[in-house]
Amino acid sequence: MPEQETAAHRRTPAQEVAGFLRDRQEQIAQRWADAALFRTVFTHSRDEAVEAGRAVVDALAAVATAEAVEDAESGGFHVVRDQLARTAASRARAGSSITDISREVDALRPPVTELFLAEFPDAPAEHVRECTTTLTVLMGTLRLVVLETALSEGEEVIHRQRLQLLEVATPVIKLWEGIVAVPLIGTLDSARSQVVMETLLDSIVEQHARFAILDITGVPTVDSLVAQHLMKTVAAARLMGAECIVSGIRPPIAQTIVHLGIDLSSVLTRASLADALAYALRQQGADIVAREGAGSEYR
Amino acid sequence: MQTAGGVSACLPIHSDLDLVWVRQHVRQAAAQLGFGLVEQTKLVTAASELARNTLIHGGGGQMECAPVAAGGVQGLRLAFSDEGPGIPDLDRALMDGFTSGEGLGMGLGGARRLVHDFKIDSRPGGGTTVTVTTWLSVPPRPREER
Ligand SMILES: Nc1ncnc2c1ncn2[C@@H]1O[C@H](COP(=O)(O)OP(=O)(O)O)[C@@H](O)[C@H]1O
Ligand SMILES: [Mg+2]
Repeated sequence: MPEQETAAHRRTPAQEVAGFLRDRQEQIAQRWADAALFRTVFTHSRDEAVEAGRAVVDALAAVATAEAVEDAESGGFHVVRDQLARTAASRARAGSSITDISREVDALRPPVTELFLAEFPDAPAEHVRECTTTLTVLMGTLRLVVLETALSEGEEVIHRQRLQLLEVATPVIKLWEGIVAVPLIGTLDSARSQVVMETLLDSIVEQHARFAILDITGVPTVDSLVAQHLMKTVAAARLMGAECIVSGIRPPIAQTIVHLGIDLSSVLTRASLADALAYALRQQGADIVAREGAGSEYR
Repeated sequence: MQTAGGVSACLPIHSDLDLVWVRQHVRQAAAQLGFGLVEQTKLVTAASELARNTLIHGGGGQMECAPVAAGGVQGLRLAFSDEGPGIPDLDRALMDGFTSGEGLGMGLGGARRLVHDFKIDSRPGGGTTVTVTTWLSVPPRPREER
């Protein structure tokens, strides 16, 4: 076919591959639907597997058109990145290791190469070799994209679990109308402080709170970083219209803060959570008074 | 009287989690040597500051913890060392409020106030070692370094 031959000479290998992918999208998608990667993920419907395959072929064609076959960041991959991430995540959940997933993506290549070689039986050998190399590189880049999304998905899961743990550890309690409190327990590292601050600010908005009590009875060490986080939280709460009260600073910690040289005078403090609540109530016009005849007296 | 077991240790400082171990170890070592709650808290807080500096400014390193004795008085010595960039201007670094990062700049000066003996070895490009000692009672005189 002289016409095809001249066309083949005009096009770069990447464009040749792009054209082939577009022309043969359906056949490729059909073959991929039977490959392990798609078959095991789309167990309910083969049509979905074919659909997913089509999208990936489309993406590869776009990447090849952009002459970016080596570029895992190529815009062409954007549209399928989520889909690939879900596919990889689904394989990972089923117990596949990264190596397994890598092998499964690799297995997508032979059917495509086969189709490609069948397409150009008469093209110059040199050109066909260049094109298959380009195709191989492109499929290698696809594998890289899948592995990348698989790994970041894994990090994402760990990150989410960590955040969940953090959330569990920092419940915001509504003590009274307009008064919320967080009893802080354990180490206040940066990540956890961030979560505390966010959940507290959220609940200030939700509860229309005017007072937020941060009780640090359960925090073993208050160093300059913890103090900085506390001050930031107090400042942010203030911007939301709520006053923060830090309670539960135990005597050894108070002494240490003073030696450390940290000035908490901008922060309202109370010895105990009960004192902080009493203060907030009084500010709201309510008072805690001991019943007459009761044994103890609230100061 | 006390056995040194559990006091001497060399702990890595390469992550936030390592800082938790450092604090825990210092607290437990100080308690074992018989430090009161206030001294324990001060030393642990100083350790927290210095270990975080090792991690953040020094790019990671380690803490060596050892019991010391001088003039019949016992103490606890902590040495935080890293191979990081070093501190170019010690006076400035020790100044309250000076930070080259995003901290409060109270760590070094604060730690110095929280312990009895405080010493920095640092060369630009040659890493940093901060050694602190807290004594069980009044610092013995003359002070004896190692
Ligand atoms: N181990 C270290 N290696 C290099 N630089 C350090 C080290 N420790 C402290 N510094 C320097 O000294 C400054 C002051 O330290 P510090 O008082 O702890 O304040 P902060 O850590 O909040 O910046 C730091 O900002 C940093 O520039
Ligand atoms: Mg510091």
